[in-house]
Amino acid sequence: MDNTTNRWRTIDIVVASVIAVAFGVIFWAWGLVWSATEGAFAFFPPAQTLLYGVWLMPAVIGGLVIRKPGAALYCETVAAVLSALLGSQWAGTVIPQGIVQGIGAELAFAAFRYRSFRLPTAVFAGALTGLSAALFDFFVWNVDYALTDYRIPYALLTIVSATVIAGFGGWLLTKALANTGVLDRFPAGRNRALI
Amino acid sequence: MISIEPVAAPDAPLARRNPVAKVAAALAFSFTLLATLDPVAPAIAIAIELAVLPLFGIRYRVLARRAWPLLLSAAGILVTLVLFAADRSGRVLLDAGPVLVSTGVLLTALGLVLRVFAVALPGVIVFATTDPTDLADALIQNAKAPARFAIGALAAFRLVPLLGQEWQMISMARRARGVDAGRNPLAKLRLFASTAFALLVGAIRRGTRLAVAMDARGFDAGTPRTVARRQRFTRADTLLILGAVVLAAAALGTSVALGTFRPLIS
Amino acid sequence: MGGVLLRGFGWRHAGRRAWAVRGVDLQIEAGERVLLLGPSGAGKSTLLSALAGLLPEDSGEQEGTVEIDGLDPRKGRERVGVVFQDPETQLVMARCGDDVAFGLENRGVPADEIWPRVDEALHRVGFPYPRDRHTAALSGGEQQRLALAGALALRPALLLLDEPTANLDPAGADLVRHAVASALDADTTLILVEHRVAEALPLVDRVVVLEPGGGVRADGTPEAVFAAHGAALAAEGVWVPGHPIARRTATTSPGELLLTADRLGLPPRLGHIDLTVRAGEALAVRGPNGAGKSTLALLLGGLLRPGSGRVTASPELADAHHRTPPHRWRAPVLARRIGSVFQDPEHQFVTSTVFDELALGPRRTGQPEATVTETVAGLLDRLRLTRLAAANPYTLSGGEARRLSVATALATAPRLLICDEPTFGQDRRTWRELVDLFADLRDAGHGVVTVTHDADFVAALADRTVTLRPASDHN
Ligand SMILES: Nc1ncnc2c1ncn2[C@@H]1O[C@H](COP(=O)(O)OP(=O)(O)OP(=O)(O)O)[C@@H](O)[C@H]1O
Ligand SMILES: Nc1ncnc2c1ncn2[C@@H]1O[C@H](COP(=O)(O)OP(=O)(O)OP(=O)(O)O)[C@@H](O)[C@H]1O
Ligand SMILES: [Mg+2]
Ligand SMILES: [Mg+2]
Repeated sequence: MDNTTNRWRTIDIVVASVIAVAFGVIFWAWGLVWSATEGAFAFFPPAQTLLYGVWLMPAVIGGLVIRKPGAALYCETVAAVLSALLGSQWAGTVIPQGIVQGIGAELAFAAFRYRSFRLPTAVFAGALTGLSAALFDFFVWNVDYALTDYRIPYALLTIVSATVIAGFGGWLLTKALANTGVLDRFPAGRNRALI
Repeated sequence: MISIEPVAAPDAPLARRNPVAKVAAALAFSFTLLATLDPVAPAIAIAIELAVLPLFGIRYRVLARRAWPLLLSAAGILVTLVLFAADRSGRVLLDAGPVLVSTGVLLTALGLVLRVFAVALPGVIVFATTDPTDLADALIQNAKAPARFAIGALAAFRLVPLLGQEWQMISMARRARGVDAGRNPLAKLRLFASTAFALLVGAIRRGTRLAVAMDARGFDAGTPRTVARRQRFTRADTLLILGAVVLAAAALGTSVALGTFRPLIS
Repeated sequence: MGGVLLRGFGWRHAGRRAWAVRGVDLQIEAGERVLLLGPSGAGKSTLLSALAGLLPEDSGEQEGTVEIDGLDPRKGRERVGVVFQDPETQLVMARCGDDVAFGLENRGVPADEIWPRVDEALHRVGFPYPRDRHTAALSGGEQQRLALAGALALRPALLLLDEPTANLDPAGADLVRHAVASALDADTTLILVEHRVAEALPLVDRVVVLEPGGGVRADGTPEAVFAAHGAALAAEGVWVPGHPIARRTATTSPGELLLTADRLGLPPRLGHIDLTVRAGEALAVRGPNGAGKSTLALLLGGLLRPGSGRVTASPELADAHHRTPPHRWRAPVLARRIGSVFQDPEHQFVTSTVFDELALGPRRTGQPEATVTETVAGLLDRLRLTRLAAANPYTLSGGEARRLSVATALATAPRLLICDEPTFGQDRRTWRELVDLFADLRDAGHGVVTVTHDADFVAALADRTVTLRPASDHN
């Protein structure tokens, strides 16, 4: 691939940032609407891993929409910085965590040399970002828990959730976005019927 | 309403430091602490954090409001440990099937809860005192971040409060057209998803227009950018980072000296 | 500097069969002041975007050529300043001064020159606040002035303005026009798009009228163009000065009470207000920017919970539901009785085609599909949107989007209709159509509340006017 197509246009940068920011706002709204269930999750944290994939969606969607090297990593990192600015309880620590998670998805897209953006690639990206997230938590947050009863199931659930929600879900969401016409200026949004 | 403006007095001695220095100091402090699992080092770290708080111009009440979700995580850690602790030694206080509470479990829980607070608070403090524009400026000028990306992300951050209002607008638009969920939780979930989708679509559309407006004013025209707002990285900023490292190391060192140190990877 | 040359220019947006503009041959000399006219959807905004170099090659198909001082506009962007219709999407930075400085930084202006130029630009547009004011804390009119300052600071040779005063109260619109007039240098070329010709005429010395099908319909000094084509242009939808529109007086006197507001308010957005709406009556709500008109519309429409006081619906409007306030009604109950049109049409769109958008309301209130199709087809035809039935609502021109949003509220034929700025950005023909639609509804016994800055609209339709006090008087 030559340099001109790999260079990010302004619209690539802004839309990638906006995707990250919009997810930040959606997470915030989720907290408002479902504060009750959030409380419930806090009292049984293993269940939270089922939804882990939602937090990893910006990485996969960023990669699928922008289709440039670095897009997945950039989206997840910006989302992390935003949640730090909004005052998430994890504050600064989400930033390195976001970077690690973004690298997972990034590696998947790089493995296909940024040429394939079909379902298998998306699912693979979801799985890898889940793997990187699981590794981070395994070593940084979960060391003191029982290995077979908690740490391993937690890691596996994270990967499954990321594969399904971030990977498959991210692919579906990108398709739905393309159908609305907002992605007309991106490769992901081409080939719609004329009106 | 959501907002990303700083909540602290901007002229406090440490709040005024270079944003890059503040973030670097927070990360250095947090990550040093991640290395241990004992309760002593985080307890010392929390004491340090609370002691420097006035230097950042944050009142304790404001910090409490920002940090309360941490209490939820603390509760979560306690429950999880009671069910899944690796180390269940010590005197057994309660034993009911999978639920086992022993002194060992409680000690581990205390360590983990303190660790979460100690690691998260520096970030809370720094981001509560940092304006996004200043952060972007400093990232470009002092950390050599690419200007196009930093400014692009900054422009998107400006949309955050607007998107919060948009969420309200979308909900009202649906209601005006006869779409609501009533009490059915499944319908509620579906409505939430469709509102979130509409927000995402609207946000991307806004982003597209914003990019056009930025291009109209010569962003990315290939001309080298100049900077209107100078961010300086002074010796005081270096000292802030060094100070953070030294203090975190001191907390670890005390724990080692007391013999309570438990390394993360042993 | 700032001369424009178009030869056989045409543009077709990606995803569309029809050309947005086509066959435009036009030469504009440096320093000319041009008013660009044409019915809604004629392609005025598209043409301005082309001149600003903001139609990316991958977003459509081009025909012919555009040149600014002999250059492709995509290359000669530093000569051009633009202000679009929607100021909110044009502000980039969080603080006002930074936003004006943004363009200067991009152009590589030396750091020590930036702030003097920022101050000068802010002064020229009469911006009342210090540089560190947050852009989110500005009213629509103030944002518009800030966007203008951002464009002027770059000292453009060609200034493009797309309906810069839409949504502004008359005083604010005057200020912006004043700012433009006093801020232009003698050799700056100006191209202005504005439906309300009378207000714009003092700023211009030449009028160009675009033909919807393609090409230029008329071109010359205002006097010459309106003398030669005045009547024909007025019939096609151009707001030609001196062609007044007849008033539609109510045929019956107001009937039963529909809605009452008692000391209704939502601090700090709206102070207290008492108000009644009757069947067969058109009520206009006026007041300066930021007075709380839109807030009032949402409160009356049962979409916001009142902060103080209450809204009561009469049994005539609400049947069995009159004991609960509208904001507590279930959505289908509400949609059948009170229709709302939002100030920003895009806030209102829920589906992805124009047809579905219109069909949504009737479907939700349980009408059979055949009736739905018939209602929709009637509205599409009346508001000249039939051609766009399959289009995405967000790709419509400003005027088309406004029409669609009004039509969505009309589709369920609610007893009470509450419209926020239903006529802004409309050409003369659609404007008349809207007045007739509202008047017909009123005469059929519906209540109509319109929030508007449009004095002509009030004169043509309203039976009664309520004026809100400026925000500074709220307590
Ligand atoms: N992004 C877009 N994608 C597809 N079609 C578009 C897009 N923008 C405009 N159009 C179509 O191009 C035509 C011309 O639109 P344009 O906005 O230039 O009209 P206009 O003369 O400015 O009208 P108005 O007075 O209503 O603002 C319209 O039919 C519109 O639906
Ligand atoms: N969602 C919101 N949250 C907080 N404040 C708001 C919100 N919407 C509007 N306001 C503020 O409330 C006041 C009244 O706003 P409103 O939009 O009702 O005014 P308006 O009379 O409709 O003005 P305009 O003529 O510009 O449309 C303004 O000062 C505005 O800044
Ligand atoms: Mg237009
Ligand atoms: Mg309003």
